Amino acid sequence: MGNGTPLGQVRGLGAAREGTHHWWHQRLTAGGNLLLVLWFVLSIARLPAYDHATLTSWIGSFWVAIPLALLVISVFYHFRLGLQVCIEDYSHGPGRIAWIVALNAFVLVAGAIALFSIFSIAFTSGAAA
Amino acid sequence: MLKECVLATQPVRTRPLSPHLTAWKWGPHMLVSILHRATGDGMAVVGTIVFVWWLAALAGGDARYAGFVDTFTTSAGHLNILGYVIGIGMTWAFFQHLASGIRHLVMDTGAGFELRANKTFAILTIVFSVLATIAFWAYLLVGK
Repeated sequence: MGNGTPLGQVRGLGAAREGTHHWWHQRLTAGGNLLLVLWFVLSIARLPAYDHATLTSWIGSFWVAIPLALLVISVFYHFRLGLQVCIEDYSHGPGRIAWIVALNAFVLVAGAIALFSIFSIAFTSGAAA
Repeated sequence: MLKECVLATQPVRTRPLSPHLTAWKWGPHMLVSILHRATGDGMAVVGTIVFVWWLAALAGGDARYAGFVDTFTTSAGHLNILGYVIGIGMTWAFFQHLASGIRHLVMDTGAGFELRANKTFAILTIVFSVLATIAFWAYLLVGK
């Protein structure tokens, strides 16, 4: 724990001032994913059909669009942390930076498309409740 | 001569091998650990692409969505090989990652490290993921 000030030693954060937040956020989003993805998988299984009209009116509902958007945020944040660990474990040297930048780009672009699509469906399908 | 006899009759001492690099064998806990990473990273890449494509196609309208559906179904409307491989693969990956994830949350509390309990819990995650996947697809294909 170094030889910093007594207060610094008690806090145990080191020079980086943080250390466990990736680990902790992975656990928090794991809880979110557990509820949201189970809801999503069971809801998809119980849908009467999988045509365009059925699915857009389903996603257009207030009670589906919002949990689905929350699912995107929770799952995408969770898998960003998970893929980061994978890159850190297997990629050494300067290529690691490129992988991490590519990962962030992938998550942000995919997340933006997913959220825009959900709200686009919700605001055009007409069903407000 | 005497020295050789002593050496020959002395039993070979079987010393414990260090669990290092090449001296190991597969156990359920190792399999579940690597499956947790493989299923998580698999869903993060393949699952994300299909999920985002599905949402964007739905938002793009009827014709765009028909293109998405055509990729994974036959002309008769059933899932094709790609549809089954990705569909069953992603549901199994989800159930496995869910079960081994719960195992990790339990182990985060410091519990479940005793050899027998750890092995049992590891095997149970695989049993759960296979049974849940079979139940899910049986409901989807036969039960509805």
